[in-house]
Amino acid sequence: MTFINYAAREINCKIVYYGPGLGGKTTNLKWIYGKSNPTSRGKLISLATETDRTLFFDFLPLDLGTIRGFKTRFHLYTVPGQVFYDASRKLILKGVDGVVFVADSQAARMEANVESLKNLRSNLKDQGYELAKIPYVLQLNKRDTASAVPVEEMKRQLVMKDEPVFEAVAQSGAGVFDTLKSIARMVLGELRKTA
Amino acid sequence: MPTSDIVLHEEDFHLIRDLIQRLRIEANARVICLVDRNGQQIACVGEAQALDMTALASLAAGNVAATDSLARLIGEKDFSTLYHEGEKDNLHLSMIGEKVILVVIFDERSSLGLVRLRVKKYAGELTAALERMQQKSLKTKSGKMAASPFTDITDEDIDSLFGN
Repeated sequence: MTFINYAAREINCKIVYYGPGLGGKTTNLKWIYGKSNPTSRGKLISLATETDRTLFFDFLPLDLGTIRGFKTRFHLYTVPGQVFYDASRKLILKGVDGVVFVADSQAARMEANVESLKNLRSNLKDQGYELAKIPYVLQLNKRDTASAVPVEEMKRQLVMKDEPVFEAVAQSGAGVFDTLKSIARMVLGELRKTA
Repeated sequence: MPTSDIVLHEEDFHLIRDLIQRLRIEANARVICLVDRNGQQIACVGEAQALDMTALASLAAGNVAATDSLARLIGEKDFSTLYHEGEKDNLHLSMIGEKVILVVIFDERSSLGLVRLRVKKYAGELTAALERMQQKSLKTKSGKMAASPFTDITDEDIDSLFGN
């Protein structure tokens, strides 16, 4: 749900990074935080467990610049990936404008990817959204791992529609900004249709 | 889409800000902020400069969302107010209508009783003002009001954000 504030001349959009546990959602946000200009980013908030697993969400506000005199602000959220935190994942999807699915390329995690994608679809549906209709990008993360499943095979199992697909290594930043730019473009493009 | 976009026009913003400013004075509060349920800040008054209001808005919304789910788990519809007591500062969160959270930060210059009383007093006016804002958002969407500046944004406009 985009928030257009004429008084402050701001557009605020919400992007959620979704995917299986330990897939690299938080790492994506940490990289974006680390590489963004300190004047255009807010604080990175992580509600994590003692062992650094996401408990509720991570949150990073980011100013992308000005468009038609309006400051564009993106609120980036991650969900907790672990299966038993489903109630939290549902809450975070409320009011979402775009979703990035961070898939783990390791062969042993393919089942978790498929399961998480199914979970995303069902949780979006519960909130009244359809994956087919919202801005959506697929990121194939951890491409540097020895057991990485071939890209074509991952696409075969995970592509849901005609979404853009990016290969990434979030630890070193590869593909992180390409993914963000792509989803931001799609969300802003939606404004044309819904404005 | 399940929820419509929020469009906050300048006149509504000033009206809402005036209302929460009056509430802040009457409640002797440090900061008062209106936040939508998805964590977007709508308006804020008081000693907010030292606070990260963007983070506060997001966390307040997360807090309310989690507490609502807890309420439903035990068979309640929701918990309409939340109160967090600190050593110096306290946080009072309450729902205004269905979609907006009123955040009041207050210290020893005020009290929970006074904040509750004043929030109750202003809740009706705030609900009405937010309702009008919501109606205008819907009209804007259905094209009954002046065209939005985003109907004709181009790919170049969007690309310019990324410096390419």
